[in-house]
Amino acid sequence: MLRRFRLEEPESVQETAELLGRFGESAKIYAGGTELLLAMKEGLVQYERLINVKKLQGLSELKLENDTISIGALCTHYQLETAALLKERLPALVELERNVANVRVRYSGTIGGNLCFAEPHADPGTLLLALGATLVAQKSSSRREIPAEEFFVDAYETCLEADEVLSEIRIPVPAAKSGIAYLKFGYLERPSVGLAIALKLNGGISDARVAVGCAGPAPRRVPEAEAMLKGKSIEEASRNLANAGQAAARTAQAITDLHGSQDYKEHIIGVLLKRAFQRSVAQK
Amino acid sequence: MSRPMLRHSDAQFIPVSFTLNGRLQEIEVEPHELLLDVVRDRLGLTGVKRSCDVQVCGACTLLVDGRPVSACTTLAFEVRGRSVLTIEGLAKDGTLHPLQEAFIEHGGFQCGFCTPGMILAARALLDENPNPTEEELKHFMHGNICRCTGYKKIIESIMAAAIKMRGNRA
Repeated sequence: MLRRFRLEEPESVQETAELLGRFGESAKIYAGGTELLLAMKEGLVQYERLINVKKLQGLSELKLENDTISIGALCTHYQLETAALLKERLPALVELERNVANVRVRYSGTIGGNLCFAEPHADPGTLLLALGATLVAQKSSSRREIPAEEFFVDAYETCLEADEVLSEIRIPVPAAKSGIAYLKFGYLERPSVGLAIALKLNGGISDARVAVGCAGPAPRRVPEAEAMLKGKSIEEASRNLANAGQAAARTAQAITDLHGSQDYKEHIIGVLLKRAFQRSVAQK
Repeated sequence: MSRPMLRHSDAQFIPVSFTLNGRLQEIEVEPHELLLDVVRDRLGLTGVKRSCDVQVCGACTLLVDGRPVSACTTLAFEVRGRSVLTIEGLAKDGTLHPLQEAFIEHGGFQCGFCTPGMILAARALLDENPNPTEEELKHFMHGNICRCTGYKKIIESIMAAAIKMRGNRA
Protein backbone atom coordinates (compact mmCIF):
# COMPACT_ATOMS: atom_id res chain seq x y z
CA MET A 1 0.00 0.00 0.00
CA LEU A 2 1.27 3.43 -0.85
CA ARG A 3 0.78 6.36 1.46
CA ARG A 4 -0.87 9.45 0.10
CA PHE A 5 1.38 11.98 -1.68
CA ARG A 6 0.96 14.94 -3.97
CA LEU A 7 1.98 14.92 -7.60
CA GLU A 8 3.86 17.71 -9.37
CA GLU A 9 4.20 17.63 -13.13
CA PRO A 10 6.79 20.15 -14.31
CA GLU A 11 7.33 20.73 -18.00
CA SER A 12 10.97 21.78 -18.01
CA VAL A 13 14.21 20.79 -16.32
CA GLN A 14 14.38 24.30 -14.84
CA GLU A 15 10.95 23.95 -13.28
CA THR A 16 11.91 20.52 -11.93
CA ALA A 17 15.06 21.88 -10.32
CA GLU A 18 13.06 24.72 -8.78
CA LEU A 19 10.56 22.25 -7.29
CA LEU A 20 13.42 20.17 -5.89
CA GLY A 21 14.93 23.31 -4.40
CA ARG A 22 11.64 24.40 -2.89
CA PHE A 23 10.51 21.08 -1.40
CA GLY A 24 13.92 19.63 -0.50
CA GLU A 25 13.92 16.14 0.99
CA SER A 26 10.15 15.94 1.20
CA ALA A 27 9.99 15.53 -2.59
CA LYS A 28 11.48 12.99 -4.97
CA ILE A 29 11.76 12.72 -8.73
CA TYR A 30 9.57 9.99 -10.19
CA ALA A 31 10.10 8.56 -13.68
CA GLY A 32 9.51 4.84 -14.36
CA GLY A 33 8.88 4.19 -10.69
CA THR A 34 10.20 0.65 -10.86
CA GLU A 35 12.59 1.15 -7.92
CA LEU A 36 11.06 4.10 -6.09
CA LEU A 37 7.51 2.76 -5.79
CA LEU A 38 8.76 -0.55 -4.39
CA ALA A 39 10.70 1.26 -1.67
CA MET A 40 7.69 3.47 -0.93
CA LYS A 41 5.30 0.52 -0.76
CA GLU A 42 7.62 -1.17 1.72
CA GLY A 43 7.62 2.03 3.79
CA LEU A 44 11.42 2.26 3.50
CA VAL A 45 11.08 5.82 2.20
CA GLN A 46 8.18 8.22 2.08
CA TYR A 47 7.69 11.53 0.36
CA GLU A 48 5.05 14.20 0.54
CA ARG A 49 5.50 14.89 -3.16
CA LEU A 50 6.56 13.03 -6.23
CA ILE A 51 7.76 15.08 -9.17
CA ASN A 52 6.77 13.32 -12.37
CA VAL A 53 9.45 14.10 -14.95
CA LYS A 54 8.00 12.06 -17.79
CA LYS A 55 6.54 15.17 -19.41
CA LEU A 56 9.96 16.78 -19.82
CA GLN A 57 10.76 17.31 -23.47
CA GLY A 58 13.89 15.98 -25.12
CA LEU A 59 14.95 13.61 -22.37
CA SER A 60 13.84 10.45 -24.17
CA GLU A 61 16.10 10.88 -27.16
CA LEU A 62 18.90 8.61 -28.20
CA LYS A 63 21.30 10.05 -30.74
CA LEU A 64 24.80 10.11 -32.15
CA GLU A 65 26.61 13.45 -31.79
CA ASN A 66 29.97 13.27 -33.55
CA ASP A 67 31.83 10.65 -31.54
CA THR A 68 29.44 10.54 -28.62
CA ILE A 69 26.32 8.49 -28.04
CA SER A 70 23.82 10.68 -26.19
CA ILE A 71 21.15 8.88 -24.18
CA GLY A 72 18.33 10.92 -22.64
CA ALA A 73 17.81 10.07 -18.99
CA LEU A 74 14.18 9.11 -19.64
CA CYS A 75 15.06 6.42 -22.20
CA THR A 76 13.57 3.15 -21.01
CA HIS A 77 15.53 -0.08 -20.83
CA TYR A 78 13.33 -1.37 -23.65
CA GLN A 79 14.20 1.63 -25.82
CA LEU A 80 17.90 0.92 -25.34
CA GLU A 81 17.48 -2.80 -25.86
CA THR A 82 15.90 -2.22 -29.27
CA ALA A 83 17.80 0.85 -30.53
CA ALA A 84 19.41 0.39 -33.96
CA LEU A 85 22.14 2.91 -33.07
CA LEU A 86 23.20 0.88 -30.04
CA LYS A 87 22.94 -2.46 -31.83
CA GLU A 88 25.43 -1.08 -34.34
CA ARG A 89 27.76 0.90 -32.08
CA LEU A 90 27.41 -0.55 -28.60
CA PRO A 91 26.03 -4.10 -28.64
CA ALA A 92 27.36 -4.76 -25.12
CA LEU A 93 24.88 -2.20 -23.75
CA VAL A 94 22.06 -3.76 -25.79
CA GLU A 95 22.83 -7.16 -24.30
CA LEU A 96 22.93 -5.69 -20.79
CA GLU A 97 19.61 -3.91 -21.24
CA ARG A 98 17.99 -6.98 -22.76
CA ASN A 99 18.68 -8.81 -19.53
CA VAL A 100 17.59 -6.19 -16.99
CA ALA A 101 14.92 -7.63 -14.67
CA ASN A 102 11.92 -8.60 -16.82
CA VAL A 103 10.01 -7.21 -19.78
CA ARG A 104 7.57 -5.19 -17.64
CA VAL A 105 10.39 -3.46 -15.79
CA ARG A 106 12.19 -2.80 -19.09
CA TYR A 107 9.10 -1.15 -20.60
CA SER A 108 8.66 1.18 -17.60
CA GLY A 109 12.06 1.66 -16.03
CA THR A 110 14.38 4.40 -17.25
CA ILE A 111 18.16 4.44 -17.46
CA GLY A 112 18.25 7.74 -15.55
CA GLY A 113 16.08 6.40 -12.76
CA ASN A 114 18.20 3.29 -12.53
CA LEU A 115 21.39 5.36 -12.13
CA CYS A 116 19.91 7.92 -9.72
CA PHE A 117 18.36 5.32 -7.44
CA ALA A 118 21.84 3.72 -7.19
CA GLU A 119 20.50 0.36 -6.05
CA PRO A 120 23.75 -1.64 -5.62
CA HIS A 121 22.47 -4.64 -7.61
CA ALA A 122 21.87 -2.65 -10.80
CA ASP A 123 23.65 -3.42 -14.06
CA PRO A 124 24.08 -0.24 -16.14
CA GLY A 125 26.42 1.73 -13.83
CA THR A 126 29.19 -0.86 -14.00
CA LEU A 127 29.30 -0.91 -17.79
CA LEU A 128 29.10 2.90 -17.97
CA LEU A 129 32.23 3.10 -15.80
CA ALA A 130 34.11 0.80 -18.16
CA LEU A 131 32.89 2.80 -21.16
CA GLY A 132 34.12 6.10 -19.72
CA ALA A 133 30.62 7.58 -19.76
CA THR A 134 29.78 11.07 -18.54
CA LEU A 135 26.54 11.98 -16.79
CA VAL A 136 25.00 15.39 -17.35
CA ALA A 137 23.34 17.05 -14.35
CA GLN A 138 21.26 20.21 -14.74
CA LYS A 139 19.94 22.81 -12.34
CA SER A 140 17.83 25.89 -12.96
CA SER A 141 20.72 27.84 -14.41
CA SER A 142 23.72 25.55 -14.64
CA ARG A 143 24.87 22.28 -16.09
CA ARG A 144 27.79 20.04 -15.24
CA GLU A 145 29.28 16.84 -16.60
CA ILE A 146 30.12 14.15 -14.08
CA PRO A 147 32.42 11.22 -14.94
CA ALA A 148 30.45 8.02 -14.26
CA GLU A 149 33.08 6.87 -11.78
CA GLU A 150 32.45 9.91 -9.58
CA PHE A 151 28.66 9.58 -9.75
CA PHE A 152 28.16 6.62 -7.40
CA VAL A 153 29.05 7.58 -3.83
CA ASP A 154 27.59 4.68 -1.88
CA ALA A 155 24.61 2.33 -1.85
CA TYR A 156 21.55 4.39 -2.86
CA GLU A 157 23.70 7.53 -2.88
CA THR A 158 24.94 9.57 -5.83
CA CYS A 159 26.91 12.82 -6.02
CA LEU A 160 23.87 14.70 -7.37
CA GLU A 161 23.01 17.83 -5.43
CA ALA A 162 19.52 18.17 -4.00
CA ASP A 163 18.27 20.35 -6.86
CA GLU A 164 20.12 18.66 -9.72
CA VAL A 165 18.38 16.65 -12.42
CA LEU A 166 20.18 13.94 -14.38
CA SER A 167 19.34 14.77 -17.99
CA GLU A 168 21.66 12.79 -20.21
CA ILE A 169 24.23 10.01 -20.36
CA ARG A 170 27.09 10.57 -22.80
CA ILE A 171 29.18 7.62 -23.96
CA PRO A 172 32.21 7.97 -26.24
CA VAL A 173 31.71 5.78 -29.32
CA PRO A 174 34.10 2.84 -28.86
CA ALA A 175 37.09 2.75 -31.21
CA ALA A 176 36.79 0.47 -34.22
CA LYS A 177 38.97 -2.22 -32.68
CA SER A 178 37.43 -2.58 -29.26
CA GLY A 179 36.39 -5.49 -27.12
CA ILE A 180 33.60 -4.78 -24.67
CA ALA A 181 31.75 -7.18 -22.41
CA TYR A 182 29.47 -7.00 -19.40
CA LEU A 183 28.76 -10.22 -17.56
CA LYS A 184 26.65 -10.82 -14.50
CA PHE A 185 25.82 -13.73 -12.29
CA GLY A 186 23.17 -14.28 -9.67
CA TYR A 187 20.46 -16.67 -8.60
CA LEU A 188 17.94 -14.19 -7.24
CA GLU A 189 15.99 -11.58 -9.20
CA ARG A 190 18.96 -9.19 -9.13
CA PRO A 191 22.59 -10.03 -9.87
CA SER A 192 25.09 -10.94 -7.14
CA VAL A 193 28.02 -9.75 -9.22
CA GLY A 194 28.42 -7.66 -12.37
CA LEU A 195 31.68 -7.08 -14.20
CA ALA A 196 32.56 -5.01 -17.27
CA ILE A 197 35.67 -4.85 -19.42
CA ALA A 198 36.41 -2.43 -22.27
CA LEU A 199 39.62 -3.01 -24.21
CA LYS A 200 41.21 -1.11 -27.07
CA LEU A 201 42.91 -3.67 -29.26
CA ASN A 202 45.81 -3.05 -31.64
CA GLY A 203 47.13 -6.57 -31.92
CA GLY A 204 47.82 -6.25 -28.22
CA ILE A 205 45.85 -4.27 -25.63
CA SER A 206 46.46 -0.55 -25.94
CA ASP A 207 43.96 0.45 -23.29
CA ALA A 208 41.90 -1.38 -20.70
CA ARG A 209 39.11 -0.36 -18.38
CA VAL A 210 37.65 -2.73 -15.82
CA ALA A 211 34.69 -2.11 -13.52
CA VAL A 212 32.93 -4.25 -10.95
CA GLY A 213 29.51 -3.85 -9.38
CA CYS A 214 26.60 -5.45 -7.48
CA ALA A 215 28.83 -7.29 -4.99
CA GLY A 216 29.42 -4.22 -2.79
CA PRO A 217 27.84 -0.82 -2.19
CA ALA A 218 28.49 0.78 -5.59
CA PRO A 219 30.11 0.11 -8.96
CA ARG A 220 33.84 0.80 -8.96
CA ARG A 221 36.63 0.99 -11.54
CA VAL A 222 39.61 -1.25 -10.90
CA PRO A 223 42.78 0.64 -11.90
CA GLU A 224 44.98 -2.10 -10.47
CA ALA A 225 43.45 -4.70 -12.78
CA GLU A 226 43.55 -2.30 -15.72
CA ALA A 227 47.32 -1.85 -15.23
CA MET A 228 47.79 -5.63 -15.45
CA LEU A 229 46.13 -5.70 -18.89
CA LYS A 230 47.04 -2.40 -20.49
CA GLY A 231 50.06 -2.26 -22.80
CA LYS A 232 50.33 -6.05 -22.78
CA SER A 233 50.01 -8.61 -25.51
CA ILE A 234 46.90 -10.74 -25.24
CA GLU A 235 49.06 -13.67 -24.10
CA GLU A 236 50.76 -11.61 -21.38
CA ALA A 237 47.47 -10.16 -20.21
CA SER A 238 45.92 -13.63 -20.15
CA ARG A 239 48.57 -14.72 -17.64
CA ASN A 240 47.60 -11.80 -15.38
CA LEU A 241 43.91 -12.58 -15.24
CA ALA A 242 43.96 -14.39 -11.90
CA ASN A 243 45.73 -11.43 -10.26
CA ALA A 244 43.48 -8.94 -12.02
CA GLY A 245 40.47 -10.89 -10.73
CA GLN A 246 41.81 -10.67 -7.17
CA ALA A 247 42.32 -6.92 -7.56
CA ALA A 248 38.76 -6.56 -8.80
CA ALA A 249 37.50 -8.63 -5.87
CA ARG A 250 39.29 -6.34 -3.40
CA THR A 251 37.98 -3.21 -5.08
CA ALA A 252 34.40 -4.49 -5.13
CA GLN A 253 34.13 -4.31 -1.31
CA ALA A 254 31.91 -7.37 -1.51
CA ILE A 255 29.58 -7.91 1.39
CA THR A 256 27.87 -11.03 2.70
CA ASP A 257 24.12 -10.91 2.13
CA LEU A 258 21.24 -12.85 0.58
CA HIS A 259 23.00 -12.68 -2.78
CA GLY A 260 25.95 -14.70 -1.48
CA SER A 261 28.83 -14.59 0.97
CA GLN A 262 31.76 -12.24 0.51
CA ASP A 263 34.07 -15.16 -0.40
CA TYR A 264 31.61 -16.49 -2.91
CA LYS A 265 31.17 -13.13 -4.64
CA GLU A 266 34.94 -12.55 -4.73
CA HIS A 267 35.39 -15.93 -6.39
CA ILE A 268 32.69 -15.17 -8.95
CA ILE A 269 34.32 -11.80 -9.72
CA GLY A 270 37.50 -13.64 -10.69
CA VAL A 271 35.57 -16.04 -12.91
CA LEU A 272 33.60 -13.26 -14.62
CA LEU A 273 36.77 -11.22 -15.21
CA LYS A 274 38.37 -14.13 -17.08
CA ARG A 275 35.26 -14.77 -19.13
CA ALA A 276 34.70 -11.09 -19.92
CA PHE A 277 38.33 -10.77 -21.01
CA GLN A 278 38.06 -13.80 -23.27
CA ARG A 279 34.87 -12.48 -24.77
CA SER A 280 36.38 -9.02 -25.28
CA VAL A 281 39.54 -10.18 -27.06
CA ALA A 282 37.47 -12.46 -29.29
CA GLN A 283 35.85 -9.30 -30.75
CA LYS A 284 39.13 -8.05 -32.31
CA MET B 1 12.21 9.20 8.56
CA SER B 2 8.95 10.24 10.13
CA ARG B 3 7.21 13.21 8.62
CA PRO B 4 3.60 14.20 9.04
CA MET B 5 1.68 12.77 6.13
CA LEU B 6 -0.86 14.77 4.20
CA ARG B 7 -4.29 15.04 5.70
CA HIS B 8 -7.16 13.78 3.64
CA SER B 9 -8.48 17.29 3.10
CA ASP B 10 -5.29 17.98 1.11
CA ALA B 11 -6.04 15.10 -1.22
CA GLN B 12 -5.43 15.73 -4.88
CA PHE B 13 -7.68 14.21 -7.51
CA ILE B 14 -6.50 13.58 -11.06
CA PRO B 15 -9.05 13.07 -13.82
CA VAL B 16 -8.16 9.98 -15.79
CA SER B 17 -9.81 9.29 -19.10
CA PHE B 18 -8.72 6.04 -20.70
CA THR B 19 -9.89 3.06 -22.71
CA LEU B 20 -10.58 -0.07 -20.69
CA ASN B 21 -11.12 -3.18 -22.78
CA GLY B 22 -12.21 -1.03 -25.69
CA ARG B 23 -14.61 1.22 -23.74
CA LEU B 24 -14.00 4.79 -22.65
CA GLN B 25 -13.65 5.03 -18.89
CA GLU B 26 -13.55 8.27 -16.94
CA ILE B 27 -12.55 8.27 -13.30
CA GLU B 28 -10.72 10.40 -10.77
CA VAL B 29 -7.79 8.96 -8.89
CA GLU B 30 -5.46 10.16 -6.19
CA PRO B 31 -1.76 10.15 -7.14
CA HIS B 32 -0.90 7.23 -4.86
CA GLU B 33 -3.59 4.88 -6.14
CA LEU B 34 -2.19 1.82 -7.86
CA LEU B 35 -3.59 0.60 -11.16
CA LEU B 36 -4.09 -2.85 -9.65
CA ASP B 37 -6.34 -1.55 -6.86
CA VAL B 38 -8.30 0.72 -9.18
CA VAL B 39 -8.97 -2.05 -11.69
CA ARG B 40 -9.83 -4.69 -9.08
CA ASP B 41 -11.59 -2.72 -6.36
CA ARG B 42 -13.08 0.29 -8.09
CA LEU B 43 -13.78 -1.12 -11.56
CA GLY B 44 -14.54 -4.65 -10.40
CA LEU B 45 -12.30 -6.54 -12.81
CA THR B 46 -10.69 -9.16 -10.63
CA GLY B 47 -8.89 -11.20 -13.30
CA VAL B 48 -5.74 -9.27 -12.51
CA LYS B 49 -4.08 -10.69 -9.39
CA ARG B 50 -1.89 -9.30 -6.64
CA SER B 51 0.84 -11.76 -5.76
CA CYS B 52 4.48 -10.78 -5.20
CA ASP B 53 3.72 -7.04 -5.20
CA VAL B 54 7.31 -6.26 -6.32
CA GLN B 55 7.18 -6.61 -10.12
CA VAL B 56 8.76 -10.03 -10.15
CA CYS B 57 5.99 -12.58 -10.66
CA GLY B 58 3.74 -11.18 -13.39
CA ALA B 59 0.38 -12.19 -11.84
CA CYS B 60 -0.71 -8.52 -12.02
CA THR B 61 0.25 -8.13 -15.69
CA LEU B 62 -2.03 -5.82 -17.69
CA LEU B 63 -1.43 -4.48 -21.18
CA VAL B 64 -1.16 -0.71 -21.50
CA ASP B 65 -1.07 0.35 -25.13
CA GLY B 66 -0.34 -3.29 -25.90
CA ARG B 67 2.66 -3.59 -23.62
CA PRO B 68 2.80 -5.54 -20.37
CA VAL B 69 3.02 -3.59 -17.11
CA SER B 70 2.96 -4.68 -13.48
CA ALA B 71 -0.30 -3.17 -12.25
CA CYS B 72 0.96 -3.61 -8.66
CA THR B 73 3.66 -1.01 -9.22
CA THR B 74 1.99 1.28 -11.77
CA LEU B 75 0.33 4.46 -10.55
CA ALA B 76 -3.22 4.59 -11.85
CA PHE B 77 -2.92 8.14 -13.21
CA GLU B 78 -0.31 6.85 -15.68
CA VAL B 79 -3.04 5.39 -17.90
CA ARG B 80 -4.36 8.85 -18.81
CA GLY B 81 -5.18 8.80 -22.51
CA ARG B 82 -4.00 5.24 -22.90
CA SER B 83 -5.57 1.90 -23.64
CA VAL B 84 -5.73 -0.80 -20.97
CA LEU B 85 -6.48 -4.43 -21.70
CA THR B 86 -7.35 -6.90 -18.93
CA ILE B 87 -8.04 -10.61 -19.30
CA GLU B 88 -11.78 -9.81 -19.25
CA GLY B 89 -11.36 -7.88 -22.50
CA LEU B 90 -9.60 -10.57 -24.49
CA ALA B 91 -12.55 -12.63 -25.69
CA LYS B 92 -14.59 -11.01 -28.47
CA ASP B 93 -18.39 -11.38 -28.54
CA GLY B 94 -18.29 -14.55 -26.49
CA THR B 95 -15.53 -16.13 -28.56
CA LEU B 96 -12.32 -16.91 -26.72
CA HIS B 97 -9.04 -15.53 -27.99
CA PRO B 98 -6.79 -18.17 -29.63
CA LEU B 99 -4.44 -17.92 -26.63
CA GLN B 100 -7.28 -18.71 -24.24
CA GLU B 101 -8.38 -21.63 -26.42
CA ALA B 102 -4.82 -22.94 -26.61
CA PHE B 103 -4.35 -22.75 -22.82
CA ILE B 104 -7.51 -24.84 -22.39
CA GLU B 105 -6.65 -27.29 -25.14
CA HIS B 106 -3.03 -27.81 -24.00
CA GLY B 107 -3.62 -27.66 -20.24
CA GLY B 108 -1.63 -24.44 -19.89
CA PHE B 109 -2.65 -23.92 -16.27
CA GLN B 110 -3.02 -25.75 -13.01
CA CYS B 111 -4.25 -23.53 -10.17
CA GLY B 112 -4.86 -20.71 -12.65
CA PHE B 113 -3.63 -17.82 -10.52
CA CYS B 114 -0.85 -16.82 -12.93
CA THR B 115 -2.96 -17.47 -16.03
CA PRO B 116 -4.43 -14.00 -16.72
CA GLY B 117 -0.94 -12.51 -16.54
CA MET B 118 0.55 -15.33 -18.59
CA ILE B 119 -2.00 -14.96 -21.35
CA LEU B 120 -1.72 -11.17 -21.51
CA ALA B 121 2.09 -11.29 -21.56
CA ALA B 122 1.88 -13.92 -24.31
CA ARG B 123 -0.49 -11.70 -26.25
CA ALA B 124 2.07 -8.86 -26.08
CA LEU B 125 4.82 -11.22 -27.17
CA LEU B 126 2.88 -12.50 -30.19
CA ASP B 127 1.87 -8.97 -31.21
CA GLU B 128 5.53 -7.99 -31.22
CA ASN B 129 6.89 -11.27 -32.58
CA PRO B 130 4.24 -13.50 -34.21
CA ASN B 131 6.71 -16.32 -34.82
CA PRO B 132 8.94 -16.60 -31.75
CA THR B 133 11.51 -19.29 -31.22
CA GLU B 134 11.18 -21.17 -27.95
CA GLU B 135 14.20 -19.24 -26.67
CA GLU B 136 12.62 -15.89 -27.56
CA LEU B 137 9.40 -16.98 -25.89
CA LYS B 138 11.22 -17.98 -22.70
CA HIS B 139 13.14 -14.71 -22.64
CA PHE B 140 9.99 -12.62 -23.00
CA MET B 141 7.99 -14.68 -20.52
CA HIS B 142 10.86 -14.91 -18.01
CA GLY B 143 9.11 -12.44 -15.70
CA ASN B 144 5.88 -14.45 -15.44
CA ILE B 145 6.11 -17.07 -12.74
CA CYS B 146 3.91 -20.17 -12.50
CA ARG B 147 4.12 -21.32 -8.90
CA CYS B 148 2.72 -24.72 -9.95
CA THR B 149 5.71 -24.89 -12.35
CA GLY B 150 3.55 -25.86 -15.31
CA TYR B 151 5.91 -24.18 -17.74
CA LYS B 152 6.09 -26.92 -20.33
CA LYS B 153 2.37 -26.82 -20.96
CA ILE B 154 2.37 -23.02 -20.94
CA ILE B 155 5.07 -22.92 -23.61
CA GLU B 156 3.17 -25.51 -25.67
CA SER B 157 0.00 -23.45 -25.34
CA ILE B 158 1.63 -20.23 -26.51
CA MET B 159 3.39 -21.94 -29.41
CA ALA B 160 0.11 -23.54 -30.51
CA ALA B 161 -1.67 -20.20 -30.30
CA ALA B 162 1.10 -18.56 -32.31
CA ILE B 163 0.60 -21.04 -35.14
CA LYS B 164 -3.16 -20.54 -35.06
CA MET B 165 -2.88 -16.75 -34.98
CA ARG B 166 -0.44 -16.71 -37.91
CA GLY B 167 -2.93 -18.89 -39.79
CA ASN B 168 -5.77 -16.46 -38.99
CA ARG B 169 -3.71 -13.55 -40.30
CA ALA B 170 -2.79 -15.25 -43.57
